[in-house]
Amino acid sequence: MARPILEVENLCVDINVPSGVLRAVQNISFSVARGETLCIVGESGCGKSITALSLMNLLPGTAHRSAGKLVLDGQDLGNLREREMSDLRGNAMAMIFQEPMTSLNPAYSIGNQLEEAMRRHRNVSAAEARDRAVFLLEKVGITGARSRLGQYPHQLSGGLRQRVMIAMSLMCEPALILADEPTTALDVTIQAQILHLLAELRDEFETSLILITHDLGVVARVADRVAVMYAGEFVETGTAEQVFNAPSHPYTQGLLRCIPIPGKTKRGTHLGAIAGIVPNLVGRLEGCHFASRCPHVHGACRSGELALRPAFEKSHHYRCVLSPKDCADNLKAGVAA
Amino acid sequence: MSDPVIEARDVTRTFMISSGFMRAKKPLHAVNGITLDVMRGEVLGIVGESGCGKSTLARMMLGLLTPTSGTLHLDGQLVGSADRIEVARILQPIFQDPYSSLNPRKSIGDIIMLPLLVQKDPDPRTWRKRTEEIMDLVGLPARVFNNFPSQLSGGQRQRVAIARALINRPKIVICDEPTSALDVSVQSQILNLLQDLRAEFGLTYVLISHNLAVIEHMATRVAVMYLGRIVEQNETGNLFRAPRHPYTRALLDSVLTPEPGLGVPDTHLGAAYPNPIDPPPGCTFHPRCAAVLEKCPKQFPPTLRANGGMVECHLYADGGGKKARKGNRK
Repeated sequence: MARPILEVENLCVDINVPSGVLRAVQNISFSVARGETLCIVGESGCGKSITALSLMNLLPGTAHRSAGKLVLDGQDLGNLREREMSDLRGNAMAMIFQEPMTSLNPAYSIGNQLEEAMRRHRNVSAAEARDRAVFLLEKVGITGARSRLGQYPHQLSGGLRQRVMIAMSLMCEPALILADEPTTALDVTIQAQILHLLAELRDEFETSLILITHDLGVVARVADRVAVMYAGEFVETGTAEQVFNAPSHPYTQGLLRCIPIPGKTKRGTHLGAIAGIVPNLVGRLEGCHFASRCPHVHGACRSGELALRPAFEKSHHYRCVLSPKDCADNLKAGVAA
Repeated sequence: MSDPVIEARDVTRTFMISSGFMRAKKPLHAVNGITLDVMRGEVLGIVGESGCGKSTLARMMLGLLTPTSGTLHLDGQLVGSADRIEVARILQPIFQDPYSSLNPRKSIGDIIMLPLLVQKDPDPRTWRKRTEEIMDLVGLPARVFNNFPSQLSGGQRQRVAIARALINRPKIVICDEPTSALDVSVQSQILNLLQDLRAEFGLTYVLISHNLAVIEHMATRVAVMYLGRIVEQNETGNLFRAPRHPYTRALLDSVLTPEPGLGVPDTHLGAAYPNPIDPPPGCTFHPRCAAVLEKCPKQFPPTLRANGGMVECHLYADGGGKKARKGNRK
């Protein structure tokens, strides 16, 4: 595999809250190769958005980031000053947010907002920036691009706004795009179009993509590699095939049983459910974070630190005391039930 | 199937939309001539993109909006002429966002009890007991009785909304995107609960959702809406096995199931959703349709009924079914 674009080791984010320190992200490590798509999937509050914001160094003031290694394309992000970081944002790495209505500035035309990033980072004339904006708007499937430049966000539909956001993220040809729930606010038909577009652009520009979502359907279809996140930790990582065809961690198995699949789950029957609620991340959690909700919990789960361990295949890891064989048996038993 | 509990006949709702200062207002046909029966005991799923009129239809069923034309009968009574309180006894809503549909200043117990007060239930001494019973039924612990909505999780709040809807034992519950704001593990709990309650109380559901996997799992019959019209309607199994309208096919194609290796489907729905103030002529779907015929932009498509289902498309007029299937497989 080529040299990774992004390497992250032992990333932690602590947030100061009135009741103590909330450990939102705990020791996560991953790398993303050029042109690769990593999906981080998890439920609300698991720390996936905080992970994205911490990579962009956009965390709120009460949060503190630490990392063993945080390298983007050979450049150490760990101790950059804010000024140096803002030279990278929108340039070497760009972000697409969930709700395009709130992340676009309503008071500026979209042309203005598209050109701004490029004029900030590159030494280009206004005309050149405009040409690039038109080129990219056409690339993302917006017709009559030149006449659209003068329009304001409120004049565009949700799908169009998200396309503008994507065009904006590509203005400086970043090595890495972070997309945080890019299609959650959109209709299913538009969602399919936007994801199709993202995949196409990723291949064309050889951009690496980190896609953050709670939608397992999106993950399965888009990801090269998947990281399942629960309560601040990665509980399972691997290729999309490994994670979806042979889920090992009880949480991943539980999640996949929760969603109805047309043609597979029997209509009107009970869906799987994960009992209990997400643990409070304020303070130190002993043992497995999923222990309080796990159907296979036993004494050994409640103490010590659990590390990610390899499953049957080398690139597939999960964080559980159960052996790969036990996990496979659980999966089978769960399907039967 | 048994008798209809909701009968909509050619229901239309038009909003007058301002198109700018000193300009004439333009009509927007949010719901444009819908004829629909909801049978007792069934789960009718309504799907469609945002802006297709599904929520407007739901609000008319709830009596929150009056139809501009057409009639809407609820359990034999004409909606609009019937007393609002009377309608609420038969029909209750569950909304999408449990964060904004519960009064933040009232305790959980008060929220769930309110319908009893509104209906002037004659026996106030039993209210508390009945509230606790329904809380138990929807899986809310009794200790949250005096809590406020802000102290509950999203899933628990949706349970409160369900308890409030059911305390007066309505016949019909209109669920408008009941799980869209929830995580998948919570979504499955709420869907299971809705299934159980339906069996227990013999409820009829009108389930509005953009999540086709949820619709497929829950509904017994599905109506597909596009620009204020129902373009296809059928029993769930038939609709998912053999969708007829090109729009239904595109919708089904865009469902992303968690099966890796299949990639993102191309739905061929090139153009954007049209502006509902200025809908395309003829069949309103023709600019996005993969199987468009010559007459589609000119003529409004006929309504065809067959095998208990209904489709509104030129492809199936005068035995054009075969052609249609060929046209779509490319």
